[in-house]
Amino acid sequence: MTTKEVPDHIRLGMTDDEYQDVIALLGREPLAAELAMYSVMWSEHCSYKSSRSHLARFKSAQPWVVVGPGENAGVVDLGDGWLAALRIESHNHPSYIEPYQGAATGVGGILRDIFTMGARPIAVWDPLRFGPLDEPHNRYLFEGVVSGIAGYGNAVGVPTLGGEVEFADRFSRNPLVNVMALGLLEKDQLVLSAASGEGNLAILLGNATGRDGIGGASILASASFEEGDDEKRPNVQVGDPFEEKKLIEACLELFDKGLVVAIQDLGAAGISCATSEVAGNGGMGMDVDLDRVHLRESDMSPGEILMSESQERMLAVVTPADEAEVLAIADRWEIEASTIGTVKQGPDLTIYSKGELVGDVPAASLADDAPKYDRPAQRPGYLDEAWKSEPQIPDDLDAGETLRILLDDPAIGDRSWISRQYDHMLFLNTVVEPGHDGCLLRIKGTEKAIAVSTDGDSLRTYLDPRRGSARIVYESALNVAVTGANPYALVDNLNFGNPEQSGVMWQFIESVEGMAAACEELNVPVVGGNVSFYNQTDDIDIYPSPVVGMMGFCDPMPQRPPRLDRAQDGMTVWVVGQDAKGDFAASAYDRIINRNLGGRPVDADPQIARTVIDAAVSLAHETPVLHDISIGGLGVALAEIAIRSGVGMAIEGVSGPELFDETPLRFIAVARGDSLDTEAPHTRIGAVTGTTLDFGTAGSISVTEAEHIWQAALPRRMKHETARS
Amino acid sequence: MTIAVVVYPGTNCELDIVHAVNLAGADTEMVWHRDTDLSGASGVVLPGGFAHGDYLRTGAIARFSPIMDEVSRLADEGLPILGVCNGFQILTEAGLLPGALVANRDLKFICEPVHLRVESTDSVLTRAAVVGQVLSIPLNSYEGNYVADDIDRIEATGDVVLRYCDSDGRVDGSTNPNGSTNSIAGITNDARNVAGLMPHPERASEGILGSTDGMVLIEGFIASTELVTV
Repeated sequence: MTTKEVPDHIRLGMTDDEYQDVIALLGREPLAAELAMYSVMWSEHCSYKSSRSHLARFKSAQPWVVVGPGENAGVVDLGDGWLAALRIESHNHPSYIEPYQGAATGVGGILRDIFTMGARPIAVWDPLRFGPLDEPHNRYLFEGVVSGIAGYGNAVGVPTLGGEVEFADRFSRNPLVNVMALGLLEKDQLVLSAASGEGNLAILLGNATGRDGIGGASILASASFEEGDDEKRPNVQVGDPFEEKKLIEACLELFDKGLVVAIQDLGAAGISCATSEVAGNGGMGMDVDLDRVHLRESDMSPGEILMSESQERMLAVVTPADEAEVLAIADRWEIEASTIGTVKQGPDLTIYSKGELVGDVPAASLADDAPKYDRPAQRPGYLDEAWKSEPQIPDDLDAGETLRILLDDPAIGDRSWISRQYDHMLFLNTVVEPGHDGCLLRIKGTEKAIAVSTDGDSLRTYLDPRRGSARIVYESALNVAVTGANPYALVDNLNFGNPEQSGVMWQFIESVEGMAAACEELNVPVVGGNVSFYNQTDDIDIYPSPVVGMMGFCDPMPQRPPRLDRAQDGMTVWVVGQDAKGDFAASAYDRIINRNLGGRPVDADPQIARTVIDAAVSLAHETPVLHDISIGGLGVALAEIAIRSGVGMAIEGVSGPELFDETPLRFIAVARGDSLDTEAPHTRIGAVTGTTLDFGTAGSISVTEAEHIWQAALPRRMKHETARS
Repeated sequence: MTIAVVVYPGTNCELDIVHAVNLAGADTEMVWHRDTDLSGASGVVLPGGFAHGDYLRTGAIARFSPIMDEVSRLADEGLPILGVCNGFQILTEAGLLPGALVANRDLKFICEPVHLRVESTDSVLTRAAVVGQVLSIPLNSYEGNYVADDIDRIEATGDVVLRYCDSDGRVDGSTNPNGSTNSIAGITNDARNVAGLMPHPERASEGILGSTDGMVLIEGFIASTELVTV
């Protein structure tokens, strides 16, 4: 069948029923540009049509939440007039098609979401998932994505504070590239996206509108992948960090001078989304003249102009009296600006091109009337098989030999191959840098600090979506707690397969439940999120991969926050938290040594969660080293401290299996004295001494050898030729 | 006396250098690249970042920014001028410092603390330091690899002020992070009033950031500006 025989709405990714809804809503057949707008705005990526009904499960009401989900970014109050804005997004499909630009434009897009709120973006994190690095194409994707993040983030002038990385087979044909950003603003700078004031003007700022990225949201982000999808490369946008840097500075100056009534970034669905959102959010309408849009190519059709996802553009609503000053500021920062619309009474978004009406739709209908699906969900059959495949852990395993293998794993070994490519120091806020459990950023001129950890655990979530998802919330909470920060707000990025399959939908619902319950347990509000469905290539769904970005907050921050490199001879070593329960499902031991994926992960005990997290926050003010026990268990966590500090340890009374047990809600403390001042359960397991990591009868490894293996894990794999297969 | 900090579109370390210079007790004023008057400045800093997006070649467009005629004039008059990272690249493009900065040996961006050995104190940058002193200061660049056609002359005239080294001050291939010729991290001009370095001293300006070793360079530069009478 040729494209000519396919109806336009199908070609644009819309179902027959959805098309009928548009006709009913308008009372007529949509014009071409109107159909283009609805097809994008009602896509899965923009409308959350399969997930919306479930996302209501997340709670965002806490006294410190200023802006919850629904705006461009969540905003929380840090006291003394300071606010923080945070947001997470995915750029999965574009990054598979074109890794450098896909990842780069992901950074650009999330930054616009942050400064749209009036905040200066101060940090970015990138949680990443790829297929195994022994495949050349996976190395090509990994290298390209990291280069794209570095290339854009460094040049745009926002530090990238790391993230996390997993490698597993099901990401080979569908890597996951998520990006989280944090911004800082003073209370009176907060700007929202609701237009008001009849006669106010909509000014398009930044990059010229071109043909790049047309249909990115509907074609790339809302459908599964098949062989030959390289041809979709023209749908990927191209980023220009220099343009974005100028746009950031120009917009921050506009906010500073109080010249902006409302503002919206142009992301998915470009002008159609931005104009309909600012108008619809304010209960207003807007006249838009497409002839006024500054274009890169002069012969674009109205539909192309409306749908273009050209990067580095913002739509600001300003009063007519301020128009000249806004244009002058844009000129000073050397960015283009054109007044393309006027706010009007009534609900209609009315669009003209060359004097003709090309669209006239209720502005709010593009967002509010989008379809909402309650898709069938059913527990998938693979679980029973998988749970039966219990991990086999020998009682007499050799801990030294095990560490030699685990430390060589690219998800466990030194990840500075990634983080040294990112400028992670700009703005002089970075107190605890990438390579620790959480990053800690001070707020200059105050004693406040923000900690962030991003976490995901796709294999564990695959084996039990509810428990696995709860555990990433607890792990991220503990990761910020060991820097001295209280878990304060969370954003989530829910990466799943094809929601039209009942098993995937079940994974999604279970995952949401697990995360929401854990957040409630910790009183952590969920202030924003993103859903990425259709992560499926040639009928293979990815492992369900919810990722969280946890923001912690402390005031005052510890004077010397714990670090992994502060252990010294003579210090004592402790394990704090719940007892090891024999948790090996989806553990590093089972994955790497046994090459097995099975069993059922243990449930994190919510009763003890608060106690353990509070203990970490409290101990952070006086303890040189605190370290969450997670991937690879106690053994890997101890090795990381020994390697980073360049010291040995004598560990007593811990069996081989206990060393690689991944029971959650536990952390290591390396302390100066013979006691540990905490109410949480704690056990002394040894001391810092010598140059060997000595586990007694369980085995040993010299710290130098461990360091060499750990340092080489990523570089030795990446020095091979990368290739586009 | 005020130190002018030049801001190009794409510059991003201007607030950081201002923070560190202010910590050291000197006043600063940010100057837009289209301005043409720096009268009243006691010294000029070209900060790090990506001036004009680093498009074409690092510093290649920035050298044509309107402010550069004034920077060149003041350099000729002997005013202390400092280029950090991208600012160093701009100064070489503008011909105010010899040599050029090209892509790192491993073709990867490098952001990490490095050790620097002070080679000479005869510059506006290193005057407060001690020859042989080892400083820990972060590097943050893709084009940080120093090359020069007339390297022998540069070495012979003592223009090299900082070299990459290890924590004990040893300089060899293994302590060279980016492939720079002779491990050169910072140089000065023959008149000794213009200096540039790839690492960022402002990132080593407070203990909480991991190092205060950058302050000896920043304080030295400030002291240089206080001695100037133009």
